[in-house]
Amino acid sequence: MTAGALARRRSFPVLLGLVMVVAAIALVEVLIRVGLINRFIVPLPSQIGASFERVIVEEGIPERFWLTLREAFWATLLLSVFGVGIGVLLHRFRILRLATETWVAAFASAPTVLMYPLFLVIFGRSANTIIMMGFVAGLAPVILKTVEGLASTRRVLIDVGRSFKLTPSQLYWKIYFPAALPSIFVGIKLGMIFALINIVGVEFLINFGGLGQLINELAERYDLPGTYAAICFVILVSVLFFIITERLERWLRPVN
Amino acid sequence: MAETGQLTHPALAMPAVSRVTVLRVAILATILVVWEAVAASGLLFRDVVPSLWVIGRAVANLLVENDFYWHLGVTAGEIGIGLVIGGTAGLVVGIVLGGSRFLSRAFEHYLYYLGPTPKIIFFPVMIMWFGVGPGSKVAMGTISCFFPIALSVAAGMRQIDDVLIRVGRSFRANTWQMVTKIYLPAMRAPIVNGVRLGLGVAIIGTLLAETKLSNRGVGFLIINSYSTFNMPRMYSLLIVVFVLSIGVNTLVSRLGNLDAVKTR
Repeated sequence: MTAGALARRRSFPVLLGLVMVVAAIALVEVLIRVGLINRFIVPLPSQIGASFERVIVEEGIPERFWLTLREAFWATLLLSVFGVGIGVLLHRFRILRLATETWVAAFASAPTVLMYPLFLVIFGRSANTIIMMGFVAGLAPVILKTVEGLASTRRVLIDVGRSFKLTPSQLYWKIYFPAALPSIFVGIKLGMIFALINIVGVEFLINFGGLGQLINELAERYDLPGTYAAICFVILVSVLFFIITERLERWLRPVN
Repeated sequence: MAETGQLTHPALAMPAVSRVTVLRVAILATILVVWEAVAASGLLFRDVVPSLWVIGRAVANLLVENDFYWHLGVTAGEIGIGLVIGGTAGLVVGIVLGGSRFLSRAFEHYLYYLGPTPKIIFFPVMIMWFGVGPGSKVAMGTISCFFPIALSVAAGMRQIDDVLIRVGRSFRANTWQMVTKIYLPAMRAPIVNGVRLGLGVAIIGTLLAETKLSNRGVGFLIINSYSTFNMPRMYSLLIVVFVLSIGVNTLVSRLGNLDAVKTR
């Protein structure tokens, strides 16, 4: 295969990107070994790689992962139920929507995670604080996307429903809801991502729970390779989570 | 004229206060009354839900306190520097990635997936690199706002009208001229949107870092009021921070809308 043909292939840039990242990591390794980067500040990438197994086995990563996942699950469940519920309510009563939609949008742009000390006081230093933080952080996008989806239901579908003399509840379940489902899924996906970010963040901040706490603990023990490895692990988990939710969303989205 | 054939309706008599406003006031009043009732009933710990008067007094005290403005200045400075560094880096990376399909395919998915990861977990590393002072908070602000700005600019680059780029090329504009005369003016809306998103996460990143380890800044004040269990002060700090950040967010998005109107 000639170089030109290779360059035309779709995977070539991706491969090159990967090679560059690996090369950058190798460069950092070399710079540390020759002493240009202080190894007490940045541990050797090879050391980080080697400490992965230790962190996974000794620090109970599977249990922590499971704990964070459970917190994310409860937060997602809460924000789906309340977010979609409030969204339906705002759509059903137009005046309510007119009155409060800007508030919800403002709430979405507010740094809600800063309320964590307040939640600590209310719910204690427990998983409840973390779940509630995730819930509050992810609520606004679910509400906004639900309202958006319901409001953009095609007129013709609603007219079909009316011509069949559907009752208001039938109209909701048979027409509005299915039509708004893709938008609602986008909202829940966004909410879930916000929830996960905040859950891991708050775990780190209050030194309690799953993966976030692990980073805090290793950093406080001054276990540098372990800290870096744990950070890499959390990033890996988050990235995997985004890829899975993205695939799921694409799979659920009806083909127009 | 298009309007000439139209029927003109007599102007409807508008009530002095619209129903929406009435509802808004009613909702707010209900929330405040319920809050006050809970505070007075003692169902929850009194300090957790303090009376509105106590919170109001705490807000007033905070706003006349000189120290608060010093801490606010520290935080604003950290966020500002973080936004300048992260924003500039994001702009450059966004223009480079958005301008080249090859580079975009090679690197953009890393940004796309790293963007939504929780940035606060990098804080221990930032402390190691930049110390426990404001440096590590600036770094948190920087890495927080870099991703949304870079991604927004990269997407904006791809939406620039080809005609504009061809005009620039036909005038033999060099790279610097292309960036300043074509790319940046054409991308005003996505840049403003990126800055709006970036500013939001920079505020969060910096303040969270301050709550974790710091002896100055508004984040420090919040966690300090938690440590001393001064709930009215915590509420007042949260209210002020929320109002300020929502205000700044609205201001920046207005800026974006103004641009949209101008370019129409």
